[in-house]
Amino acid sequence: MHEMSVTESMLGVVLRHAQRNRAGKVTAINMVLGEFSTVMPESVQFYFDIISKDTIAEGADLNFRRTKLIAKCETCGDEFEVVEYDFTCPGCKGEKSEIISGREFQVESIEIS
Amino acid sequence: MEIEVLEGVFDANEIIARENRALLDELGAFMLNLMASPGAGKTSFIMKTLEGVAGDLQVAVIEGDIAGKVDSERIAATGVPAIQINTGGSCHLEAKQVNTALNRLDLEGAQLVIVENVGNLVCPAEFKLGEDLKVMILSVAEGHDKPIKYPLMFSESDVLIVNKIDLIPHTDFDMEVLEGTVRKMNPSVEIFKISCRTGEGLGAWTEWLKERVKASG
Repeated sequence: MHEMSVTESMLGVVLRHAQRNRAGKVTAINMVLGEFSTVMPESVQFYFDIISKDTIAEGADLNFRRTKLIAKCETCGDEFEVVEYDFTCPGCKGEKSEIISGREFQVESIEIS
Repeated sequence: MEIEVLEGVFDANEIIARENRALLDELGAFMLNLMASPGAGKTSFIMKTLEGVAGDLQVAVIEGDIAGKVDSERIAATGVPAIQINTGGSCHLEAKQVNTALNRLDLEGAQLVIVENVGNLVCPAEFKLGEDLKVMILSVAEGHDKPIKYPLMFSESDVLIVNKIDLIPHTDFDMEVLEGTVRKMNPSVEIFKISCRTGEGLGAWTEWLKERVKASG
């Protein structure tokens, strides 16, 4: 249920950018959502429908582009897709890696009229 | 017309988390973000930690709960400064609430601030508070399969406390399976096996914590 406050933050970002661009209406919101994020698109949609009422973003289409969980091995530098949350590098078996995508929740762009 | 935004939804929280960090650095205090399911033993663990570091570290506690003051009253009864944040239905703490609490607490001389997050294995992992250390508790009765179900928190935590180990003989809990799963997700995690009820393993944890806090100061 943290999607309520997350959706409020998302709407805040959208409205700020919409107003800055003197939008009359926001018709679509394009987001990037990592598969490792705990945010559920369905819940975001549910709360968005409620909290966007009477704002210029009411009725906007929510589009989610999902990104895979990708890590970079700190030993050999290879990037690999993490399968079943095993962060061991498939190439060199290095155990230390850094997540480079799959955690994010970003508003990529908005469509306005 | 399409407008490029490229702004993270958690950015606003992370800016305040960095402010918290700066405030703590100024005070020379170390902050621990404690996360776990409801009933894993967070408050008992804090009480035992307070006993273990008494005389060595000056501590303050921030208690996050959806409602009620039970936890902060329990802590305050020991003489340790404690403040309660009621999230009013929200399932996690955000940096802003911790910022308000940090400004209200008497932090004069505090070396360690323990933040007890709302009982939940999901969302607290998404929100940075400005902490030095993310510590999570898994209690034996919850089962060794929890990392597979809640991977984000297990992969984000610096320390995993396995609590209620005195219950192991009464359950099917498999410590080896748990450790194997967690280490694949998070090879650098520190694991402490404890029982708040019997006191087992608590000494190793509090000694480690004291070292960490002192090393950061």
